[in-house]
Amino acid sequence: MVMDLIVGLIPLAPLSGFLLIALLNKQLRHWLVALIACSAVLVSFVLTVVLFFAMGEDLPSFNYTAFEWITAGNFSVSYSLLADPLSVLMMLIITGVGFLIHVYSAGYMHGDDGFNRFFAYLNLFIFFMLLLVMGSNYLLMFVGWEGVGLCSYLLIGFWFKNTEYNNAAKKAFIMNRIGDVGLILGVIMIFIQFGSLSYPDVFQQASEMTAGSTVLTTITILLFIGAIGKSAQIPLYTWLPDAMAGPTPVSALIHAATMVTAGVYMVARNNILYSLSPFTLDLIVIIGVATALLAATIAVAQNDIKKVLAYSTVSQLGLMFLALGLGAYTSGIFHMTTHAFFKALLFLGAGSVIHGMSGEQDIRNMGGLRKYLPITFITFLIGTLAISGLPPFAGFFSKDEILANAFAGNKIAWGLAFLASLLTAFYMFRLFFLTFSGSVRANETVKHHIHESPSTMTVPLVVLAFLSVTGGFIGIPAVFGGGHALNEFLSPVFAGSAQLQEPHHLSHTAELMLMGVVVGVTLIVIWLAHNLYVKRKRLPAPDGVSLGTFHRLIYNKYYVDETYDRAIVRPMNFTSKAVDAVVERLLIDRIVNSTGRVVTWGGRTLRHLQTGNTGFYIFAMVVSIIVLLMVKTFV
Amino acid sequence: MILYVFYFLSFLAVLSALMVVFSRNPIYSVLYLVITFFCVGGHYLILSAEFLFAVHIIVYAGAIMVLFLYVIMLLNLNKDTEPQKNSIYKFAAILSGGLLMLVMVGALKGAESATIQLGSNSEVGLVKNLGRMLFNEFLLPFEIVSVLLLAAMVGAVMLGKTPLKATQQESKSGNGRSLMADSPKITHVKEFTNE
Amino acid sequence: MNDSVSQAIQGVPLNYYIWLSTALFVIGVLGVLYRRNAIIIFMCIELMLNAVNLLMVAFSAYHGDGAGQVFVFFIMAVAAAEVAVGLAILIVIHYNTRSTDINVLNKLKW
Repeated sequence: MVMDLIVGLIPLAPLSGFLLIALLNKQLRHWLVALIACSAVLVSFVLTVVLFFAMGEDLPSFNYTAFEWITAGNFSVSYSLLADPLSVLMMLIITGVGFLIHVYSAGYMHGDDGFNRFFAYLNLFIFFMLLLVMGSNYLLMFVGWEGVGLCSYLLIGFWFKNTEYNNAAKKAFIMNRIGDVGLILGVIMIFIQFGSLSYPDVFQQASEMTAGSTVLTTITILLFIGAIGKSAQIPLYTWLPDAMAGPTPVSALIHAATMVTAGVYMVARNNILYSLSPFTLDLIVIIGVATALLAATIAVAQNDIKKVLAYSTVSQLGLMFLALGLGAYTSGIFHMTTHAFFKALLFLGAGSVIHGMSGEQDIRNMGGLRKYLPITFITFLIGTLAISGLPPFAGFFSKDEILANAFAGNKIAWGLAFLASLLTAFYMFRLFFLTFSGSVRANETVKHHIHESPSTMTVPLVVLAFLSVTGGFIGIPAVFGGGHALNEFLSPVFAGSAQLQEPHHLSHTAELMLMGVVVGVTLIVIWLAHNLYVKRKRLPAPDGVSLGTFHRLIYNKYYVDETYDRAIVRPMNFTSKAVDAVVERLLIDRIVNSTGRVVTWGGRTLRHLQTGNTGFYIFAMVVSIIVLLMVKTFV
Repeated sequence: MILYVFYFLSFLAVLSALMVVFSRNPIYSVLYLVITFFCVGGHYLILSAEFLFAVHIIVYAGAIMVLFLYVIMLLNLNKDTEPQKNSIYKFAAILSGGLLMLVMVGALKGAESATIQLGSNSEVGLVKNLGRMLFNEFLLPFEIVSVLLLAAMVGAVMLGKTPLKATQQESKSGNGRSLMADSPKITHVKEFTNE
Repeated sequence: MNDSVSQAIQGVPLNYYIWLSTALFVIGVLGVLYRRNAIIIFMCIELMLNAVNLLMVAFSAYHGDGAGQVFVFFIMAVAAAEVAVGLAILIVIHYNTRSTDINVLNKLKW
């Protein structure tokens, strides 16, 4: 009973933080606002931890229903929150990493005019994200889905005086919405098919359906389209690199750890539906692995520190979807968890670098920061090692599990994913070496000001580094003798799917051999990067130098943005102008204006009734009485 | 027999009402109206509403009509200054009046055809009974009517005072009192127009 | 006294009173529409009120209910108050426009 109440309270803390800060915006000092915001998220985190420990051995799921939200005939939706292992795991990530990022922002956004607004938006985001993962029906999840899209828009365009940033924010929101069309259609189809929108009902009914039915396949494809938009897969991924226009904590929180993982969460939540639609699963595998490889190739040639990390995020999301598509839902969630840790760490570290370099983001102008930013250096190194998949860091366990599943399921997918992982290691270490080693390439004024970040920024870095090191231990596979605690934890959620599929099994020797091959080749790649960028001190080409064809292709992101512009944006603009000139001006304006004119004419004509003559008024009164009486008696 | 009394009173009432409307001289109209009031009071009497008859004569014929007479004499109206409407409006007025009569009678056609026992010793109209009812069930309206009369008195006095004060003001223009404070009370016709 | 009178008693149909009252009321309306002098119009309004009073007393006598007569009492009080205030207004108008013609009061228009 108390647990149910706690479940209900968890989203309320950041919501009240948002309301408090937003309503009293101008009257609160900066330190007070930071305190309110951070403590709101901390409260949520503590409550989630309590919830986690209350789950104990038998792993019940807690339900909290506040009120009936919509009731219309047969259709009823209630505001009810669900806390089962999957959502509790997500909540821990959201509130835990969210809290660290809040603390970090207090240092990073220091002195900014919009400081209060920033924290209000951050709290609102945490609220919506919690609603997304805790919602016990599709509609509530959708509210959270849209809400995080909104907060993403607000935060990307945070420095709104810059038109470029506003365009990036609009792009993000619009691309999200394109995906949401699929999501909405999917939800509608779910209602038509199952007659209800709450998870227990839908999953109960779905588990009795046969595999491969058209209805389920359509539903799952439509839902996945929503995930494509939100989690930046091909073809709706171009908004994520542009979203780096927002402040770095925003990139860390929204575009690394939480919002972009909403798609992964949704697919994992609907695992029973997806397990019954093998066609969709294949589609997910294809899109996931293609995205992983594409983004990795683009990242190799980028020179902006945040853009590299953005493409890296897209690539890792592709790997997560690959895992989900292979039916290895736990692996996908596992990688999502570890990715949250080290990607947030990398982004915050990049923010620390940017902060120390007085706003410089181009890695061609960095270098040798090892001496000046020691804590950032060490934590960034840990993050890079984690993302490259080296043991015993977190990324190793999760990525390896995905690769093992891929090898057992689909060898081609394994090959491409392996290639993407190698590229990941390469470009991450390229980034690392160009930023931190070698000689300082910054100009004198910047060099003079380089300083390590304050403790509000470095402490979260340290905490996240610790998590990146130890985070993998929640999923130690059987081959090492571990019990894979995460698997056990999430088993109730994926029980239905586990019955439908046989898990891919590799023999222990095969798995160990695979691990050895992957780690070995990764180390070779890292050595290659070290050779290129440290020993030979090779630098990326400055602007204006002509590049080789392939290099130009990936530097310009395969010209995808330009293609979208030519193929979609310009025809749309043209169509809208045409419709405006024809339908709007000639048809609708005329109708609306003439309505107004009729009213004016009517008024002008009726005005003549008011002669001012009292006798006439009396006469009119008597006539009206006669008419009323006649109507009353004779009608 | 009482039916004849009823016929006589009704005929007289309608006739004098018509004369109220159609006579040229306002004083004649007032006098005819007094006759109408007496006839109606007579009707009250044969309906055994004695208290109402008394009040009716005192209030209407004794007070209200006297007030009307005073005003007409104050404004010095007589047959010459009486304005007349156009014939067409008069015709329209008679027509609508007739139409209204027709409609009302038609509306009340299905009304109960019951008989009133006239002259019977009905207890209801006695002063004692009426007074008892007035002070028991209708006490609140009674008190409120007194407030209403007070308000009417105050209003009438306020309105009636204005012209007098203005005439005084005009004669004492230079005695040091500020004119601005009182002048808004004088409202001239010119201020009504938008010129 | 009661016996001799009761022999001469005849009932009057209620309808007659309704028609009489309607006739007086309609004559009042006619007067309001027909005349231009504001004071005469006022008197015709009084006529209308009287018609209604008569009807109420007739019904009260028919039903044996005293409430109708009490109501007439109140109507008379209100009519008196109305006449007082109305005539005061009329006097002010006359003072301003030097006439009691209602056609002079034609400023309530667009």
